[in-house]
Amino acid sequence: MSDLRISGLDKAYPGKTAAQNVQALQGIDLAINSGEFVALLGPSGCGKSTLLNLIAGFEPPSAGSLLVDGEAVTKPGPQRGVVFQEAALLPWLDVWENVVFGPKVQGLPASEYVPRAEEMLRIVGLADFKRHLPVQLSGGMRQRVGIARVLTLGSRVLLMDEPFGALDAQTRLTMQELLLDVWQRLKPTIVFVTHDIDEALFLSDKIYVMSARPGRIQSEVPVPIARPRAIEVTTSDAFNAMKRDILHLIRH
Amino acid sequence: MTTIATVGARLGRLSLGLLVPVLALVVWQVAGSAPGLSSIIPTPLAVLRGWEQWLFAKPGMGLNPYLGTWVSNVQYSAYRVAQGFTLAALVGVPLGLLIGWSRLMSNLFDPLIQGLRPIPITAWLPFSIALFGIRDMGSIFLIFLGGFYAIVVNTTQGARDVERNLMRAAMMMGATRAQLLRRVVLPAAMPSIFTGLRIGLGIAWTAVIVSEMVAVKSGLGYVLWDAYYVGRMDIVIADMASIGIMGYLSDRLIVFVESRTLVWRQLQSH
Repeated sequence: MSDLRISGLDKAYPGKTAAQNVQALQGIDLAINSGEFVALLGPSGCGKSTLLNLIAGFEPPSAGSLLVDGEAVTKPGPQRGVVFQEAALLPWLDVWENVVFGPKVQGLPASEYVPRAEEMLRIVGLADFKRHLPVQLSGGMRQRVGIARVLTLGSRVLLMDEPFGALDAQTRLTMQELLLDVWQRLKPTIVFVTHDIDEALFLSDKIYVMSARPGRIQSEVPVPIARPRAIEVTTSDAFNAMKRDILHLIRH
Repeated sequence: MTTIATVGARLGRLSLGLLVPVLALVVWQVAGSAPGLSSIIPTPLAVLRGWEQWLFAKPGMGLNPYLGTWVSNVQYSAYRVAQGFTLAALVGVPLGLLIGWSRLMSNLFDPLIQGLRPIPITAWLPFSIALFGIRDMGSIFLIFLGGFYAIVVNTTQGARDVERNLMRAAMMMGATRAQLLRRVVLPAAMPSIFTGLRIGLGIAWTAVIVSEMVAVKSGLGYVLWDAYYVGRMDIVIADMASIGIMGYLSDRLIVFVESRTLVWRQLQSH
């Protein structure tokens, strides 16, 4: 699928004076392989969402290079699908129109995207909700639409910004299992931003722990839990030991 | 489903709302019949009689211009409002979208609009007559101007307030700049656009009355001022009521279109 190479990446936001400049990210080096599931973990303000926005192409970096499949990221595009925390569905379009928005604006023929959109809606379990408006759906269902939308787009990289952060515990768990299932089937490269250690451990192959002010990658923690993973692994001794290690890392 | 109970409740509310106006009419009728007052302000019944003749009497009998001319005068005014308002919407909505969306357009047009807006439309009257003469265009120009400010300012605001993540999501899905404008900015600004249209239409009715008093020789505004000059206060009051009814009906029309267009918005606010 698709790999990411990031080196020497800086992001600064100008303040009123040079002394007030905010160094959001400093010296970020990342190598994420094709089909890998990576979590960016850290406290709020550590720049993990900023890093995701740079990869998405929403904002330009101040310095450094950012390559996806060897090509520099200059603007957002369907190759890198973003799942937003609040889903960011177009509220005036129903579920179906939201899911096929991408292929439609790109001018693809319906014969190409209709079957794929149908399949993706089936995978996320929303085949019966095509004509519902986003406002008629629960938070979890909206997030499913957000996932079906980027899958229909055919994105090879999925960038997820605390997508389950606003959901209740039960729904979050269901969504995590759904995401793992989707990932196993389609094997996109996933960069998943979260501040939840359990979530990062349960989902990812590798966790990048970030620290704040300036935002840096503090350490890289591999997660050698066998796949496919079921929710039971989150209570195993190995899981808890890793969780303890990461807690120490975050608190120094 | 509408049950008998809810119909009853609605009727109850309606009759409660009618209580004060009906009482005021009765007081007006009784007090207005007093010898001193009736020569200045006509009673409600006298207004109704005058209105009835204005509506239904055969026109052209003698020199009375208030016989059977109601429909044509309402048509004159409504047609002018329709023209001026349509023009205001056709210019105001696209321009507002562009100003709200593009820094360049904002820098180009915003100072001009904000600079001209404090000049009341009534102050434009002499200018408008000088430019267009005592003809329809003078009236339509004022209506256009009055409606335009409200529409362009609200549309601009709506286009500026589009949620950033909606724009980002659309860009991520491959939308071009033109597609962003058409498929994201426009629908997202729709609620503000309708607010602007409703305010603009109210101002358009003000503008048509003022301009007809001065700049043309027909319509509800012309009749209003003319009837005052010849001392037909019954027609003055009937004319005021007519303006109110037309303003109300045209506002309902926009609200109806809005409720059809913005179903997603209605659901959101429940």
